[in-house]
Amino acid sequence: MTELGHPRYLLSAGPWRSLWYITVGAFGALPVLALARLPVDLDAPWSYLVKAAAAVVADLALALPLAVLERRRLRILVGSDVPARARYWCSFGYAVAFTAVICLADFVVLVLALCTLMVPLAPLLQFVLDIGSIVNLDGPVPDAVLVPVGLLLLAPTAYLVALLAHGQAALAQWLLGGGLAGRVRELRHSRTRLVDAFDAERRRIERDLHDGAQQRLVGLIMTLGLAELDLAGGGAELVAKARAEAESVLVELRELVRGIHPRVLTDRGLRAAVMELADRCPLPVRVRVALPRRPSPQVELAAYFIVCEALTNVVKHSGAAGAEISVTTCGRRVRLTVRDDGAGGADLARGSGLQGLADRVAVVDGTLTVTSPAGGPTELRVELPWESRDCG
Amino acid sequence: MGEPGLRIVLAEDAVLLREGLVAILERFGHHVVAVADADALTAEVDRERPDLIVTDVRMPPGYAEEGLRAAVCLRARHPGLPVLVLSQYVAAAYAVDLLEGDDGVSGLGYLLKDRVGAVRQFVRAVERIAAGDTVIDPEVVRQLLGRERTMLGRLTAREREVLALMAEGRANGAIAAELCLSPAAVAKHIGAIFTKLDISGADGHRRVLAVLTYLRG
Repeated sequence: MTELGHPRYLLSAGPWRSLWYITVGAFGALPVLALARLPVDLDAPWSYLVKAAAAVVADLALALPLAVLERRRLRILVGSDVPARARYWCSFGYAVAFTAVICLADFVVLVLALCTLMVPLAPLLQFVLDIGSIVNLDGPVPDAVLVPVGLLLLAPTAYLVALLAHGQAALAQWLLGGGLAGRVRELRHSRTRLVDAFDAERRRIERDLHDGAQQRLVGLIMTLGLAELDLAGGGAELVAKARAEAESVLVELRELVRGIHPRVLTDRGLRAAVMELADRCPLPVRVRVALPRRPSPQVELAAYFIVCEALTNVVKHSGAAGAEISVTTCGRRVRLTVRDDGAGGADLARGSGLQGLADRVAVVDGTLTVTSPAGGPTELRVELPWESRDCG
Repeated sequence: MGEPGLRIVLAEDAVLLREGLVAILERFGHHVVAVADADALTAEVDRERPDLIVTDVRMPPGYAEEGLRAAVCLRARHPGLPVLVLSQYVAAAYAVDLLEGDDGVSGLGYLLKDRVGAVRQFVRAVERIAAGDTVIDPEVVRQLLGRERTMLGRLTAREREVLALMAEGRANGAIAAELCLSPAAVAKHIGAIFTKLDISGADGHRRVLAVLTYLRG
C-alpha cells in the first residue's frame, strides 16, 4: 500500500480506501444523531446530565461490539487483522471517542468530500442528468472557473480524508490492538510459535529417519550379513565390503539424526543429554547438573543447544584444555554456566555462534552474559525460566 | 553349534528387522518367539521363561524407551535373566540403566543395531550374554572413555584400553590379541586396574565391579 507521505499517494488506491473507511464510520453517526435529537422532557440543567449518563451507559454496552466492528473496518486500511488484545476499558475508551467525535467527524468530512467531488463534476452532471432542478447551481461562479477550482480542491480534500482516516485508524489500533506493547507481545508470541514449530519439525524428521531410513539400512546390513554367510571366497569379500559401506552410512546417518534432535534429551532429560555432549567433546569436560525437576521441553531444548554450541566454541576458538558445565537452580530460574580455561576474548558482537545463542536464549525469555577477558577464562552464563512463558 | 539352541524372546516393532533377526538367530539353531511391543514382551517372557531376551529400545505404544524399561523390569522379576538391548543410539545413559539393576551385571548386553550385520560375531555375542557375559557396544564404551572421572583418572591410557575391552566382555586372551600384548601383560594391567580402583574379591566378580566402576564413573 502506498504510504500517506508518498508523492504518488493521490494516484494510488489510498484515498479511495480512506474514503471508504470514513464512509463506513459515517454510518455510525446516523444513530448517534438520531438519539441526540430525541426530545427529552426534563428541565434544562438535568437533561444534559441524563443525556451524558445515557451516553456512558450506551458506550459501556457498545464497547465490545464496537471494538469488533472497528477491527473489521480497520481491515480496509490496515490490510491485515488487528490482534484482539484490548482490555475492556480501552474498548470503552474507543467507544466514547467514536460515538462522541469520530463518527460525527467522519460524517461531516464525508459530506464535504462528496461535495468536493460534485463541484468539478457539476457541469457534466447538469448536462447528463439535469440536476439543476434539484440542486441550486446558480452561483456567482461560472463553470469555466468552477471546474478548475473544483479540481484543485480535490487534492487537499483527499488528504483531509486520508488524514482523518489514518488518524482514527491509528487511535483504534492503539486502543484496540494493545498499542505498541500489544504488537511486541504479538511478535514475541509469533516468534515463540515459530521456534516451537521448528522444534516440532525437527522431532518429526528425527522420528521419520529413525523409523524409515535407519531401520531399512539396518535391514540391508542384516541381509548383506546373511548373504556373506552363504557365499564363499571373492563373493563374500565383496558383500562384506558392501556391508562395511552400509554400516558407515548408518553411522553417518546416526550422527545426522542426533544433530537434528537429541533423543536422549527427550527420554532422559538434560543431565543425560549434557553428559553425552561432554562425552563426545574432545576436551575433558566436567559436568554438574543439579535440578530438582525437568524444565519445560522448550527450555530443555534451548539449554541443550546452548551447551552444544558453547562446547563447539570452546573447542574451536578458546584453545582451552578443559571445560566445566554446571546447570543449577538459581531462585526461580535455571542457571547454566559453561566455563573454559582458554584464551578468552570472546565477543558477543562478533561471531555468529554467540549471536545464535543469544537469540535462542531470548526466545525462551532467558538472559545470556559472556565474560571473556583477554587471557581468559571465558564464562558463559545463561539464566532460563523453568517454563517458556509465551506458549500461545 | 553342537549344544541345543537357546530359547529367545525377541521384541522389535519394525517388521523388517524382526524378521531379519529371527532369520539370523534361527539359522544358528536358536528358537525365537518374536513380538512387536513391550507388553507382549513381558507377557511372553512370563510365559516362556526364555534363556535370553533381545529387545529394541524404542517401541510402541509411546515410542520412548518402553523396550528398555520392560527389560529392566523383567530383570528385576526374573533375576539373572540374560538381556540384550539393541539400539539405534550411542547413549551411555541407556546402557548404564541396564547395568545398574540390583542383581549384578552378568548376562547383559547393549549393542547398536549395526552390529547385527556381522552375523557370526553378533550371534556369538548373543550366546555369550546367555552364558552370563556382559557385552557393551564398543561405540558406547568409547563414549564413556571420554568421561573424566576421578577414579578412572588414576588409570594409564593402556589400562583404560584394557578396561574398555573388559567392559565389552572380552576375556584376557582376546584382550591380549586386540592390543597386541602378551597375556601376562594383560593380566598385569588388570591387576593394576583392580588395585587402582580399590577392588578386591574373586576374579570374576572383580571384573564385573571394575566394569561397573568404569560405566558408572
